[in-house]
Amino acid sequence: MDGHNKLRDLAVSDSGFVFDPYTGSTFSVNLTGLTILRGLKEGHGREDIVGELQTGFAAGDADYHRDLDEFVGQLRNQGLLPLDFSVER
Amino acid sequence: MSPLPAYERPLIIRHESGLMNKFSRVQSMRPMTHLDGVAVAELMETYGSPLFVFSEKTLVERYRELRDVFSLRYPKVRIAWSYKTNYLDSIARVFHKEGAWAEVVSMFEWEKARNLGVPAEQIHFNGPYKPKAVLDEVLPAGTIIHIDHFDELAVAERVAVEKGIRPKVAIRINLTADGTPQWSRFGFNLENGQAHDAVMRILTGDRLELTGLHCHLGTFILDPDAYRQSATKMVDFANRLRQEQGITLSFIDVGGGFASHNTLKAQYLPGDQATPSFSRYAEAISDALGKLNYPPREMPTLVLETGRALVDDAGYLIATVQANKRLPDGRRALIVDAGVNVLFTSFWYKHDVVPAQEFRGVFEPTILYGPLCMNIDVVRDTLLFPPLNVGDQIVFRTVGAYNVTQWMQFITYRPAVVLISQNGQHAAIRKREDLEIVRGPEQMAPWL
Repeated sequence: MDGHNKLRDLAVSDSGFVFDPYTGSTFSVNLTGLTILRGLKEGHGREDIVGELQTGFAAGDADYHRDLDEFVGQLRNQGLLPLDFSVER
Repeated sequence: MSPLPAYERPLIIRHESGLMNKFSRVQSMRPMTHLDGVAVAELMETYGSPLFVFSEKTLVERYRELRDVFSLRYPKVRIAWSYKTNYLDSIARVFHKEGAWAEVVSMFEWEKARNLGVPAEQIHFNGPYKPKAVLDEVLPAGTIIHIDHFDELAVAERVAVEKGIRPKVAIRINLTADGTPQWSRFGFNLENGQAHDAVMRILTGDRLELTGLHCHLGTFILDPDAYRQSATKMVDFANRLRQEQGITLSFIDVGGGFASHNTLKAQYLPGDQATPSFSRYAEAISDALGKLNYPPREMPTLVLETGRALVDDAGYLIATVQANKRLPDGRRALIVDAGVNVLFTSFWYKHDVVPAQEFRGVFEPTILYGPLCMNIDVVRDTLLFPPLNVGDQIVFRTVGAYNVTQWMQFITYRPAVVLISQNGQHAAIRKREDLEIVRGPEQMAPWL
């Protein structure tokens, strides 16, 4: 199964509740994480996701690229993405 | 149109069901934006980060509470400030102004107390190391030494002869009390008769005047009943000495060891729930003292060498977040600018730490690392903590004891220490070190 297949099958609610049907694990994701997760599920690229973060939130001097990479790292750690998955630049 | 939601660093947390929350009580975490009414931001701007801050108000309140609860139960109480716990001049002076004597364990501490104007006769000198040069100075001055071993006793007698004086001395004793490890390395053992031998030696030599008994049971003792046992044994011994030898002691010193509101690493309940009140210690000790067979006018003074429980709650350390990291096991790590070199007590405690500014976002397991390039530099093991940004401040609470005496000058400079007065003034009571201070004692080898 590739990363997109697993992502596609994740159940994600509007309130940030995430269910992994392969393991039965559940998660909570915050609003920015939810934006990224939805972007990844829909196959958006890096620039698109960063754009959604920029326009969807009142940010200060956030480093969106760093945060996106770190969040993808969290998804890998949680077994929601393959270890070799990364968002293409 | 509704405003955009605030940006938070993205985060996903796995739900762990059926596990106990072993980290902390998240709901109780509130930001600590002010210390005794002074904004943390103002302190940072004035003195820089990291920064130790002490509350004079808390120092005084804790001192008076200790004095009052003991005085309520026993009429003659003396508090001797434990210098090793925190010997910054301003901190010690707060206690001396309240009436505290000094309890010292080295010539350096004795000199510090004397420099602060403490009369030599109002200093209890403890510890296993009092070389003759020290006794030559402190005994003629009238300081009360607590004799630790027979060799010291012999030296004290020699000094008495040489100086033509009859010094007032106490003996330190060690004993067993249920629930506490025995500190048998200090003093004379009570149960095997060694303490009695020491008294007989003092009487036979007739050069020293035995005026007190001292037993420091241990440290961070959470069970007041241990003090009931130790005080009872000391009282039984004092009664025996009075009955058999006609010795009237002027004081019984139960040492220190009362727990502060910190939480030991091996402790299950947090300190604010597990630590006994001063009243409970006072109850246990005064119950035992009630069994003294002394006429009312000759009752010995109860001496307390409480250190940690007086000063720990009054001390804070403000540190600044330098970086966020994600560890391979999923935990978040914060790197802050105060490490174990500054917060030495991180080796002992699960320190209570909170953000210094309002926060929002999901709490997650977080470990706090110091700035040292050393794997041991962990200032707080995992706790549930809100997201923080680089440049945010955090406040470690209950860090007033032992840190500013046991801190290490390692890799970098030790931070400034500030005291906030009871009316909200603040001042540096120890300035931040600089190259000049650290290099001061160094000398270049003449051949280099």
